[in-house]
Amino acid sequence: MSKQKQVLVACGAGIATSTVVNNAIEEMAKENNLKLDLKQIKIAEVGGYEDSADLLVTTAMTKKEYRFPVINARSFLTGIGVEETKKQILDELIK
Amino acid sequence: MSQLNFNESLIFTKLKMDSKEEIIRHMAENMVEKKLVKKGYTEAVIEREKEFATGLPTGSLSVAIPHTDVKHVNKKSISIATLREPVLFGVMGDDDTTPVKLIFMLAMDEEHSQLSLLQKLMAIFQDDELLSTIHQEDNKTTIKNIIETKLDLTMQEGELNV
Repeated sequence: MSKQKQVLVACGAGIATSTVVNNAIEEMAKENNLKLDLKQIKIAEVGGYEDSADLLVTTAMTKKEYRFPVINARSFLTGIGVEETKKQILDELIK
Repeated sequence: MSQLNFNESLIFTKLKMDSKEEIIRHMAENMVEKKLVKKGYTEAVIEREKEFATGLPTGSLSVAIPHTDVKHVNKKSISIATLREPVLFGVMGDDDTTPVKLIFMLAMDEEHSQLSLLQKLMAIFQDDELLSTIHQEDNKTTIKNIIETKLDLTMQEGELNV
Protein backbone atom coordinates (compact mmCIF):
# COMPACT_ATOMS: atom_id res chain seq x y z
CA MET A 1 0.00 0.00 0.00
CA SER A 2 1.28 3.42 -0.89
CA LYS A 3 1.78 5.98 1.83
CA GLN A 4 -1.03 8.31 2.82
CA LYS A 5 -1.08 11.42 0.72
CA GLN A 6 -0.48 14.60 2.62
CA VAL A 7 -2.94 17.31 1.66
CA LEU A 8 -2.51 20.87 2.85
CA VAL A 9 -5.60 23.03 3.20
CA ALA A 10 -4.72 26.66 3.60
CA CYS A 11 -6.26 30.09 3.73
CA GLY A 12 -4.77 33.46 4.55
CA ALA A 13 -5.58 33.68 8.23
CA GLY A 14 -6.42 30.05 8.76
CA ILE A 15 -9.74 30.66 10.43
CA ALA A 16 -12.60 30.97 8.07
CA THR A 17 -12.42 29.47 4.65
CA SER A 18 -10.02 26.60 5.16
CA THR A 19 -12.34 25.05 7.76
CA VAL A 20 -15.06 24.63 5.17
CA VAL A 21 -12.66 23.28 2.58
CA ASN A 22 -11.03 20.94 5.07
CA ASN A 23 -14.38 19.40 5.91
CA ALA A 24 -15.37 19.02 2.27
CA ILE A 25 -12.16 17.15 1.50
CA GLU A 26 -12.58 14.96 4.57
CA GLU A 27 -16.02 13.95 3.34
CA MET A 28 -14.75 13.37 -0.15
CA ALA A 29 -11.98 11.13 1.13
CA LYS A 30 -14.47 9.12 3.15
CA GLU A 31 -16.77 8.68 0.16
CA ASN A 32 -13.88 7.40 -1.89
CA ASN A 33 -12.27 5.29 0.84
CA LEU A 34 -9.11 7.33 0.79
CA LYS A 35 -6.95 7.77 3.86
CA LEU A 36 -5.43 11.21 3.88
CA ASP A 37 -3.02 13.09 6.04
CA LEU A 38 -4.98 16.34 6.03
CA LYS A 39 -3.31 19.45 7.43
CA GLN A 40 -5.25 22.65 7.94
CA ILE A 41 -2.71 25.45 7.98
CA LYS A 42 -2.14 29.09 7.17
CA ILE A 43 -0.76 29.80 3.75
CA ALA A 44 2.39 31.23 5.37
CA GLU A 45 3.09 27.80 6.88
CA VAL A 46 3.17 25.91 3.59
CA GLY A 47 6.96 26.17 3.48
CA GLY A 48 7.24 23.86 6.46
CA TYR A 49 5.57 21.06 4.50
CA GLU A 50 7.45 21.64 1.28
CA ASP A 51 9.14 18.25 1.37
CA SER A 52 6.25 16.16 2.62
CA ALA A 53 3.09 17.49 0.97
CA ASP A 54 1.47 15.92 -2.08
CA LEU A 55 -1.13 18.58 -2.74
CA LEU A 56 -2.10 22.09 -1.67
CA VAL A 57 -5.74 23.12 -1.74
CA THR A 58 -6.12 26.79 -0.97
CA THR A 59 -8.41 29.78 -1.07
CA ALA A 60 -5.44 32.14 -0.91
CA MET A 61 -3.48 33.21 -3.91
CA THR A 62 -0.03 31.71 -4.18
CA LYS A 63 2.53 33.28 -6.43
CA LYS A 64 5.12 30.75 -5.35
CA GLU A 65 5.85 27.59 -7.28
CA TYR A 66 5.78 24.35 -5.31
CA ARG A 67 6.86 20.86 -6.20
CA PHE A 68 3.30 19.67 -5.59
CA PRO A 69 0.15 20.76 -7.42
CA VAL A 70 -1.95 23.66 -6.13
CA ILE A 71 -5.72 23.66 -6.51
CA ASN A 72 -7.92 26.71 -5.92
CA ALA A 73 -10.72 25.90 -3.50
CA ARG A 74 -12.95 28.91 -3.92
CA SER A 75 -15.67 26.79 -5.48
CA PHE A 76 -16.27 25.07 -2.13
CA LEU A 77 -17.42 28.44 -0.82
CA THR A 78 -19.52 29.61 -3.75
CA GLY A 79 -20.74 26.28 -5.07
CA ILE A 80 -19.80 27.32 -8.60
CA GLY A 81 -17.70 24.65 -10.26
CA VAL A 82 -17.42 22.59 -7.08
CA GLU A 83 -17.80 19.29 -8.92
CA GLU A 84 -14.89 20.12 -11.21
CA THR A 85 -12.74 21.11 -8.23
CA LYS A 86 -13.59 17.87 -6.43
CA LYS A 87 -12.68 15.89 -9.53
CA GLN A 88 -9.39 17.79 -9.83
CA ILE A 89 -8.55 16.97 -6.21
CA LEU A 90 -9.59 13.37 -6.55
CA ASP A 91 -7.51 12.95 -9.69
CA GLU A 92 -4.46 14.12 -7.77
CA LEU A 93 -5.19 11.87 -4.81
CA ILE A 94 -5.56 8.65 -6.76
CA LYS A 95 -2.52 9.27 -8.94
CA MET B 1 -19.65 27.38 21.88
CA SER B 2 -19.75 31.10 22.46
CA GLN B 3 -22.74 33.13 21.42
CA LEU B 4 -22.67 34.84 18.04
CA ASN B 5 -23.24 38.57 18.24
CA PHE B 6 -25.51 39.73 15.48
CA ASN B 7 -28.30 42.30 15.48
CA GLU B 8 -29.63 45.37 13.66
CA SER B 9 -26.79 47.55 14.93
CA LEU B 10 -24.37 45.38 12.93
CA ILE B 11 -26.36 45.72 9.71
CA PHE B 12 -25.88 48.52 7.19
CA THR B 13 -28.21 48.89 4.24
CA LYS B 14 -27.66 50.63 0.91
CA LEU B 15 -24.25 52.02 1.84
CA LYS B 16 -22.78 54.38 -0.68
CA MET B 17 -19.01 54.10 -0.57
CA ASP B 18 -16.22 54.37 -3.08
CA SER B 19 -13.69 51.78 -2.02
CA LYS B 20 -13.37 48.50 -0.19
CA GLU B 21 -11.10 50.14 2.41
CA GLU B 22 -13.81 52.69 3.17
CA ILE B 23 -16.44 49.98 3.60
CA ILE B 24 -14.22 47.76 5.74
CA ARG B 25 -13.28 50.73 7.92
CA HIS B 26 -16.92 51.75 8.35
CA MET B 27 -18.04 48.26 9.36
CA ALA B 28 -15.01 47.41 11.46
CA GLU B 29 -14.98 50.67 13.43
CA ASN B 30 -18.59 50.03 14.39
CA MET B 31 -17.51 46.67 15.81
CA VAL B 32 -14.59 48.32 17.62
CA GLU B 33 -16.99 50.83 19.23
CA LYS B 34 -19.14 47.96 20.46
CA LYS B 35 -16.01 46.28 21.85
CA LEU B 36 -16.76 43.15 19.83
CA VAL B 37 -13.29 43.43 18.35
CA LYS B 38 -10.03 45.04 19.45
CA LYS B 39 -8.73 48.36 18.14
CA GLY B 40 -6.28 46.68 15.79
CA TYR B 41 -9.02 44.71 14.05
CA THR B 42 -9.79 47.40 11.45
CA GLU B 43 -6.24 47.74 10.11
CA ALA B 44 -5.71 43.99 10.33
CA VAL B 45 -8.75 43.32 8.14
CA ILE B 46 -7.72 45.99 5.63
CA GLU B 47 -4.18 44.59 5.44
CA ARG B 48 -5.41 41.03 5.14
CA GLU B 49 -7.80 41.97 2.38
CA LYS B 50 -4.89 43.43 0.39
CA GLU B 51 -2.88 40.26 0.74
CA PHE B 52 -5.65 37.68 0.67
CA ALA B 53 -8.72 39.01 -1.10
CA THR B 54 -12.12 37.70 -0.01
CA GLY B 55 -14.40 38.58 -2.93
CA LEU B 56 -16.58 35.65 -3.99
CA PRO B 57 -18.33 35.73 -7.35
CA THR B 58 -21.56 33.81 -6.86
CA GLY B 59 -24.28 32.83 -9.32
CA SER B 60 -25.72 36.33 -9.11
CA LEU B 61 -24.23 39.22 -7.13
CA SER B 62 -20.77 38.97 -5.66
CA VAL B 63 -20.16 38.89 -1.93
CA ALA B 64 -17.05 39.52 0.17
CA ILE B 65 -16.16 38.05 3.55
CA PRO B 66 -13.45 40.29 5.05
CA HIS B 67 -11.96 38.81 8.23
CA THR B 68 -8.70 38.42 10.11
CA ASP B 69 -6.94 36.48 12.86
CA VAL B 70 -8.81 35.47 16.00
CA LYS B 71 -6.39 37.47 18.16
CA HIS B 72 -8.09 40.71 17.11
CA VAL B 73 -11.52 39.52 18.19
CA ASN B 74 -13.23 39.87 21.58
CA LYS B 75 -16.59 38.34 20.79
CA LYS B 76 -17.66 36.23 17.87
CA SER B 77 -19.75 38.44 15.62
CA ILE B 78 -20.95 39.09 12.09
CA SER B 79 -21.63 42.44 10.46
CA ILE B 80 -23.49 42.75 7.19
CA ALA B 81 -23.65 45.57 4.65
CA THR B 82 -25.52 45.96 1.40
CA LEU B 83 -24.07 48.41 -1.10
CA ARG B 84 -26.03 50.80 -3.25
CA GLU B 85 -23.39 50.64 -5.97
CA PRO B 86 -21.05 47.67 -6.35
CA VAL B 87 -17.45 48.12 -5.16
CA LEU B 88 -14.53 46.15 -6.55
CA PHE B 89 -12.95 43.52 -4.32
CA GLY B 90 -10.19 41.14 -5.26
CA VAL B 91 -11.38 37.61 -6.00
CA MET B 92 -10.31 35.05 -3.42
CA GLY B 93 -7.31 33.12 -4.65
CA ASP B 94 -7.17 34.97 -7.93
CA ASP B 95 -5.77 38.04 -9.71
CA ASP B 96 -9.23 39.17 -10.79
CA THR B 97 -11.59 41.66 -9.17
CA THR B 98 -15.33 41.33 -8.79
CA PRO B 99 -18.06 43.95 -8.23
CA VAL B 100 -19.31 43.22 -4.71
CA LYS B 101 -22.77 44.23 -3.49
CA LEU B 102 -22.98 42.34 -0.21
CA ILE B 103 -20.43 42.26 2.60
CA PHE B 104 -20.35 39.72 5.41
CA MET B 105 -17.64 40.82 7.82
CA LEU B 106 -16.63 37.96 10.08
CA ALA B 107 -15.11 38.28 13.53
CA MET B 108 -14.37 34.75 14.70
CA ASP B 109 -12.98 34.09 18.14
CA GLU B 110 -11.75 30.51 17.73
CA GLU B 111 -9.75 28.91 14.98
CA HIS B 112 -11.27 26.00 13.10
CA SER B 113 -14.31 25.64 15.33
CA GLN B 114 -17.04 27.45 13.45
CA LEU B 115 -17.57 24.91 10.74
CA SER B 116 -21.35 24.65 10.93
CA LEU B 117 -21.74 28.44 11.08
CA LEU B 118 -19.48 28.88 8.06
CA GLN B 119 -21.21 26.15 6.12
CA LYS B 120 -24.56 27.80 6.71
CA LEU B 121 -23.09 31.10 5.58
CA MET B 122 -21.78 29.45 2.42
CA ALA B 123 -25.26 28.03 1.82
CA ILE B 124 -26.56 31.61 1.79
CA PHE B 125 -23.92 32.53 -0.84
CA GLN B 126 -25.15 29.66 -2.99
CA ASP B 127 -28.76 30.86 -2.90
CA ASP B 128 -29.05 33.52 -5.64
CA GLU B 129 -32.61 34.41 -4.82
CA LEU B 130 -31.85 34.91 -1.16
CA LEU B 131 -28.83 37.10 -1.92
CA SER B 132 -30.90 39.44 -4.06
CA THR B 133 -33.68 39.50 -1.46
CA ILE B 134 -31.17 40.59 1.18
CA HIS B 135 -29.63 43.12 -1.17
CA GLN B 136 -32.96 44.76 -2.00
CA GLU B 137 -34.26 44.81 1.58
CA ASP B 138 -34.32 48.16 3.41
CA ASN B 139 -35.53 46.89 6.75
CA LYS B 140 -32.71 45.81 9.03
CA THR B 141 -34.92 43.65 11.18
CA THR B 142 -36.09 41.75 8.12
CA ILE B 143 -32.47 41.14 7.10
CA LYS B 144 -31.62 40.11 10.66
CA ASN B 145 -34.48 37.62 10.71
CA ILE B 146 -33.53 36.13 7.34
CA ILE B 147 -29.92 35.64 8.39
CA GLU B 148 -30.82 34.32 11.84
CA THR B 149 -33.13 31.74 10.34
CA LYS B 150 -30.56 30.66 7.77
CA LEU B 151 -27.79 30.45 10.34
CA ASP B 152 -30.02 28.65 12.80
CA LEU B 153 -29.08 31.14 15.48
CA THR B 154 -32.32 30.78 17.36
CA MET B 155 -31.72 27.06 17.71
CA GLN B 156 -28.16 27.64 18.86
CA GLU B 157 -29.43 29.77 21.72
CA GLY B 158 -31.62 26.91 22.85
CA GLU B 159 -28.79 24.40 22.89
CA LEU B 160 -27.85 24.80 26.49
CA ASN B 161 -25.67 21.74 26.64
CA VAL B 162 -23.31 22.94 23.90
